[in-house]
Amino acid sequence: MPIDRPTDLDAALASLSDVPSAHLLAGGTDAMVEITFDQRRPEHIVALRRIPELRGYRVDDDELTFGAMLTYTQVERELASTAPGLAMAARTVGSPQIRNTGTIGGNLGTASPAGDTLPWLLALDARVELRSVRGSRELSLADFVTGPKRTAREPDELITAVRVPRVEGPQHVAKLGPRNAMVISVAMAAVIVDTTNRRVRAAFGSVGPRPIRASDAEQQVSDAIDWDALTCPDDAIVHFADACAEASQPISDHRSTADYRRHAVAVLAARSLRRCLAA
Amino acid sequence: MSDPDPTPTEPTPAPDPEAYELTINGRTRAVPSAWLGESLLYVLRERLGLPGAKNACEQGECGSCSLYLDGLLVNSCCVLAADATDARIDTVEGLADGDQLTDVQQAFLDAGAVQCGFCIPGLITTVHDLLDRTPTPSQLEVREAISGNLCRCTGYGRILQAVEDVRAQREAAR
Ligand SMILES: Cc1cc2nc3c(=O)[nH]c(=O)nc-3n(C[C@H](O)[C@H](O)[C@H](O)COP(=O)(O)OP(=O)(O)OC[C@H]3O[C@@H](n4cnc5c(N)ncnc54)[C@H](O)[C@@H]3O)c2cc1C
Ligand code: FES
Ligand code: FES
Repeated sequence: MPIDRPTDLDAALASLSDVPSAHLLAGGTDAMVEITFDQRRPEHIVALRRIPELRGYRVDDDELTFGAMLTYTQVERELASTAPGLAMAARTVGSPQIRNTGTIGGNLGTASPAGDTLPWLLALDARVELRSVRGSRELSLADFVTGPKRTAREPDELITAVRVPRVEGPQHVAKLGPRNAMVISVAMAAVIVDTTNRRVRAAFGSVGPRPIRASDAEQQVSDAIDWDALTCPDDAIVHFADACAEASQPISDHRSTADYRRHAVAVLAARSLRRCLAA
Repeated sequence: MSDPDPTPTEPTPAPDPEAYELTINGRTRAVPSAWLGESLLYVLRERLGLPGAKNACEQGECGSCSLYLDGLLVNSCCVLAADATDARIDTVEGLADGDQLTDVQQAFLDAGAVQCGFCIPGLITTVHDLLDRTPTPSQLEVREAISGNLCRCTGYGRILQAVEDVRAQREAAR
């Protein structure tokens, strides 16, 4: 099993074009567990750790760009005021050790229904940038994640970055699990009271085969909010919570039941919206 | 045309494509012919005879394999060794100066924070990381910092005490 250690993006794309079956290695927190437990035996590895183009982030007036190799620790420490919801989500991931290595690109690459950055990204209509020697393209996150751990990435493509529009207004992310650290979400909520576009944005994780956007619920509550005072009648919040639960498609598995997850979506949705409006 | 060499020799062995080097506690160590899928934890323990990082879960859950990769605290079971070739790797073995324990190591002993000891190397590296970055952590910060290190023996009380003791000692020395 050879390993390529490219030091720039072009070299990485060339490696991947030569061996499209190669497995990409970012922080390794998903990949190494699979390899160690023999759930995956890569024929070839392309390691992404040395590629400057994938690191860091960019803050523009109207847009935030997160490089694929941006770690959770960096998000937590450096983006808490620029991308508060993403920083809240990052802080819930694994442990400090996992956050020091795990990356946004890896979370997208794995595309688990429980990927904790995905609801926030989906709520903001994130676009995933993919590059190959053939060129580059952008997909909406909704089109990128095609199913549980399935993506629209072609074998020779690399996720280089993910972009979201910059919006004003409070954000809240809430994760439910048996303890604060080191848990896979039982349910995850991201709510953004986007005052720039005067709309509430809401998406949920671990309650469907892919992260779920609650568009109808968003529309109804956006109409009910007093955007100048940033207040919302309580019955509209309850209605929003129920509509979010309605939009979810949870299953029962070893972590929880469908009923509990649907209930959790309503609770997390209402709580997150109330915290946004109280902020 | 020259005559073919009449005395056939053993072919020089091709350079092992799988051999690589790691820099551990300031020393360069060759890792000959390991399978390239091996974790850094496995290579340290099974190939290089450095058993300080412990293997309890091999899946990032317990923190007993914690060490520093380019100064960052990581779980070595989640690092591909062959991808750490140009990184600085510092393990728990590199912390003490000979027999002179670090303040954190000594505080764990003094506070009675060590029972079976299995989790301790991971906790020692983690607590050094915390106190070097955040000299006066709040209780919440301490708990969050060690949230990825599982201890099955102590109930954490004396571990938290040891952290508090080092914090206080370092503050007094400032
Ligand atoms: C103990 C533990 C706790 C965890 N807790 C959480 C948690 O709370 N929440 C959560 O969401 N996740 C959690 N995870 C999962 C994991 O840490 C995250 O999914 C992380 O973001 C993966 O990033 P990585 O850089 O480590 O990816 P890697 O393991 O290196 O890669 C993950 C996958 O993405 C692919 N990939 C990586 N980068 C790219 C790229 N640039 N382009 C294309 N494909 C790419 C890889 O080929 C691989 O298939 C946990 C994992 C462990 C081991
Ligand atoms: S052995 Fe690495 S975290 Fe448990
Ligand atoms: S002392 Fe035994 S696991 Fe911590």
